[in-house]
Amino acid sequence: MNDKADIVIIGGGINGCALAYELSKRGKKVVVVEKKHIAAGATGRCGAGVRQQWSTKENALLAKKSVEIFEQLNEELDADIDFRQGGYLIAIHDEEDMKQAKKNVEMQRSIGLPVRIIDRDEVKEIVPILDPDGMEAIGATFCPTDGHADPFKTAYAYAMAAMKRGAKFYKFTEAKKIKIRNGGIESVVTDRGEIKTNIVVNAAGAWSRQVAKMAGLEIPNKPVRKEALVTEPIKRIFDAMVISFKHGIYFSQMSHGQVLGGIPSPEEKVGYYTEPTFSFLQHMAYMLGKYAPILKQVNIMRQWTGFYDVTPDALPILGEDARLKGFIHCHGFSGHGFMIAPMVAKLLAQLITGEKLDLPIDRLNIDRFKGKVIKEKSVVG
Amino acid sequence: MPMKIVCRCEDITEEEIIETIKKYNCQTLNELKQILRLGMGPCQGRTCLPIAARILARETGKNIEEVMPPASRPPLVPVAIYMVSEDE
Repeated sequence: MNDKADIVIIGGGINGCALAYELSKRGKKVVVVEKKHIAAGATGRCGAGVRQQWSTKENALLAKKSVEIFEQLNEELDADIDFRQGGYLIAIHDEEDMKQAKKNVEMQRSIGLPVRIIDRDEVKEIVPILDPDGMEAIGATFCPTDGHADPFKTAYAYAMAAMKRGAKFYKFTEAKKIKIRNGGIESVVTDRGEIKTNIVVNAAGAWSRQVAKMAGLEIPNKPVRKEALVTEPIKRIFDAMVISFKHGIYFSQMSHGQVLGGIPSPEEKVGYYTEPTFSFLQHMAYMLGKYAPILKQVNIMRQWTGFYDVTPDALPILGEDARLKGFIHCHGFSGHGFMIAPMVAKLLAQLITGEKLDLPIDRLNIDRFKGKVIKEKSVVG
Repeated sequence: MPMKIVCRCEDITEEEIIETIKKYNCQTLNELKQILRLGMGPCQGRTCLPIAARILARETGKNIEEVMPPASRPPLVPVAIYMVSEDE
């Protein structure tokens, strides 16, 4: 299998698939190299949430623009990605939280998000199964246009739409080496052959550091094991995703009726650990019971693990590396790669094809770690 | 031809599995699981996965051993949330 391409994308997760689509739509010859199959990593293990309520303007804008794409993605990709807007309800626990929430809401409203602060009564109106006492909540923020999409369906829909426009997906093919000549990229060597190209996109998620190393580049990302669980399907009882930054919990009811959620594992550590832990199961079960006592009687069906690809400021790393012409970063999503993928893919496709960008992404360049970083605070899971 | 139900929890037929293998060029049970929800029901795939593995092996011309089983995910049987909740 020897080939050539305008762009080689390493990684067949949501970002690799979405970018393959955006680039092939623009007439580029794209090859995606994926060591397993589509959505085999973080994409297929994620909480499926699509949230716009972020503390940094970069993330909030990326997420807002992504929601605008999600809203018409079925039509664009000729598929059903199961996008539903049931909103995100974010618990506010104390006065300190309230201060941060007010700041966030002000910024979020300034970019046009219909987010607002709600009291305990309204929390119960929006998600009747919640117990504000058990949650230790004095209120919440709520944004009705946040929601969910099916990560499998979305990734496959992007991949199929890309293939229809000529993109090639080499599954079960591992990138081994990036050949460099005269300060530029010459080819990507895989375990199944060589692909000549001048542009490589690193969309390898938790394995991005190894891919960057193939090009002789260091990046500050760390893989962190995260855990999630899902219950048996039950009749529809709530539509919103419920989360708390203090407790790190998130949970929502998926379209099949199952309740899916996660919380930081008591045994959280950096590295490639893939075993589910019993302590996570115990802790998550306890907190679910506190937040929504009625769920105590519901059966847990599965628990599993995945990785967050975490950067020092919890913001993604996007754009070309000044140290190597043609090497494009598309990783470091720190637990929210799925929800912003539609806009990230569009912006990187604009960057690669020399179009004008809809949003500036300079501040998300790898260069930023030379200076002082401003951390994204609104992280769960 | 009568429809043959392979996954009873999620109502998936042999025809749907064959169609999916062809459409998405599936090589593994994990891909079928993602696309069809095969084996994601309360039986946790104990009924359907061996049958689906045989179909996948036949359709892809592989040996049954080459068709990777998807990761087994605890708990082995569904368990109520209150039963595993940590102590207060």
